[in-house]
Amino acid sequence: MPDALLSVRGLTAGYGAAPVLQEVDLEVAPGSIAAVVGANGAGKTTLLRALCGVVGATAGEVRMDGTDLRGVRTQDMVRHGIAHVPEGRGVITELTVEENLRLGHSWRRDKADGRKATAEVFELFEPLARRRKSAGHQLSGGERQMLAVGRALVARPRLLLLDEPSLGLAPKVTAQIMALLRRLRDDTGLTVLLVEQNVRSALSIADTGVVLSLGRVVAATDAATLAADEDLRHTYLGF
Amino acid sequence: MDRFLFLTVDGLARGAVFAAFALALVLIWRGTRIVNFAQGAMAAATTYLGYSVTAASDSYWLGLVAAVFGGLVLGAIVERGLMRFVDVRSPLNAVIVALGLVLVIHSILGIVYGSRYRAMQVPFSRESIEIGGTALLSPYDLFVFGTVLLVMVGLALVFTRTDIGLRMRAAAFAPDMSRLLGVNVGRMLTLSWALAAAVGALAAMLVVPTEFGAHPHSTDLVFVYAFTAAVVGGLDSPAGAVVGGLVVGLVLSYVSGYADGDLSAVAILVLLIGVLLLRPNGLFASTTARQV
Ligand SMILES: Nc1ncnc2c1ncn2[C@@H]1O[C@H](COP(=O)(O)OP(=O)(O)OP(=O)(O)O)[C@@H](O)[C@H]1O
Ligand SMILES: [Mg+2]
Repeated sequence: MPDALLSVRGLTAGYGAAPVLQEVDLEVAPGSIAAVVGANGAGKTTLLRALCGVVGATAGEVRMDGTDLRGVRTQDMVRHGIAHVPEGRGVITELTVEENLRLGHSWRRDKADGRKATAEVFELFEPLARRRKSAGHQLSGGERQMLAVGRALVARPRLLLLDEPSLGLAPKVTAQIMALLRRLRDDTGLTVLLVEQNVRSALSIADTGVVLSLGRVVAATDAATLAADEDLRHTYLGF
Repeated sequence: MDRFLFLTVDGLARGAVFAAFALALVLIWRGTRIVNFAQGAMAAATTYLGYSVTAASDSYWLGLVAAVFGGLVLGAIVERGLMRFVDVRSPLNAVIVALGLVLVIHSILGIVYGSRYRAMQVPFSRESIEIGGTALLSPYDLFVFGTVLLVMVGLALVFTRTDIGLRMRAAAFAPDMSRLLGVNVGRMLTLSWALAAAVGALAAMLVVPTEFGAHPHSTDLVFVYAFTAAVVGGLDSPAGAVVGGLVVGLVLSYVSGYADGDLSAVAILVLLIGVLLLRPNGLFASTTARQV
């Protein structure tokens, strides 16, 4: 395996006294998709939040391309190449589609490329292009998901953190998003850390998989092996 | 009929100032869920600054610019030094801190300037011009209208057309998400306070010279009227603040013109209570509640 783009070691984090995550280790190779799966409350969302500094870590180390992220403020994560699409998507409903996208790249110096990336997103998600001037609260759930992903992409991240992108979406839209992730990985070398309830579809596109249970990593291996491991599926994923 | 026309125009002219002052309240409310009860006192302070600079330089315009810049700085200081540390989970905290600030500002102004009214200049005549036999606006009224209009258009452009304006709105609506998108939310809040205080300072500089002049309490009534205007407009809506300001100006003008000047403060209270009872979210409250 080449040097990891993201490497997490001994990460312990939570909301207050009792930690939710306990000594989590994780490696994501550049240009790969890693799926994080586990039951409700396992700590998947907390893991993504801790990576971005939204949840404070009490111990451990998070490195992106060698740089220690522990001292980096949340608002600067995007400047380190990390884009986070949070659970529930985080579309700013008072802003229009265009404004949400503009916000996604407004921190960048390269305005021309920001506009180019926006045009690419409109090409990628045609329904968004038709609703440029609509406010976020006027969008359907699927359109919001497209907007949230598109807004992350215009930042041209190296690492994309996705928290349950398929939540509430039709199977067809879910499949489209999964296909898009795979295409972005293959064409642009994007690295993805994907949290999913929909274990089957997540493992089907992922290169590696991590199973979280009660805040601990109980399995980490390549996705195909995980998908084939019946014991693991029964014990931790319930199917 | 002439009288009605006169009172209407006069009311709109006074209302323009309340609109600007209310807009400043709305800017801060949207960003922080704090009603800045210290805004009147802050504007009284910057008005004194304008007064002093004009007195020293003999230039009205230098005084005006100094007051507005003073507002920018004072707003930033108040946010950085005070309001940032207020726990807004209990709404009363911010109110108490703001009222404390009012006391501090009033006593400092009292110590420095005393409680004598200081007459202030206006740059244009306040004599009404007659149009078709009716005395209507004065050149100064036109100046007030023009300035307020300029500020409103300017703010609207900043908020809708520029990246910094977009970031300020985003930080106000969704601070956590904005951070993930690279927005320095703290800096945007400071900027909002600075802008709001500058707008308040400008509004005070427009209205105080038309009354008794600079005084620690020169802006107390303006604040009450502007607060009413902001509540009428729904606190969350800049357009509502503007309309609310004009409504308050008109009510004041009609009541003092047709009834009795002494009743105008009562009329404003009636308006405030009426709106709170009938449309507690204001006339312009957006119907789209915030959703995730
Ligand atoms: N804001 C919070 N404050 C306190 N505890 C929290 C908070 N958010 C989550 N938790 C707790 O942390 C644990 C892990 O939650 P987390 O949201 O990370 O789970 P998850 O794996 O994302 O679950 P799901 O699949 O339901 O989204 C849970 O026990 C939850 O109750
Ligand atoms: Mg979750």
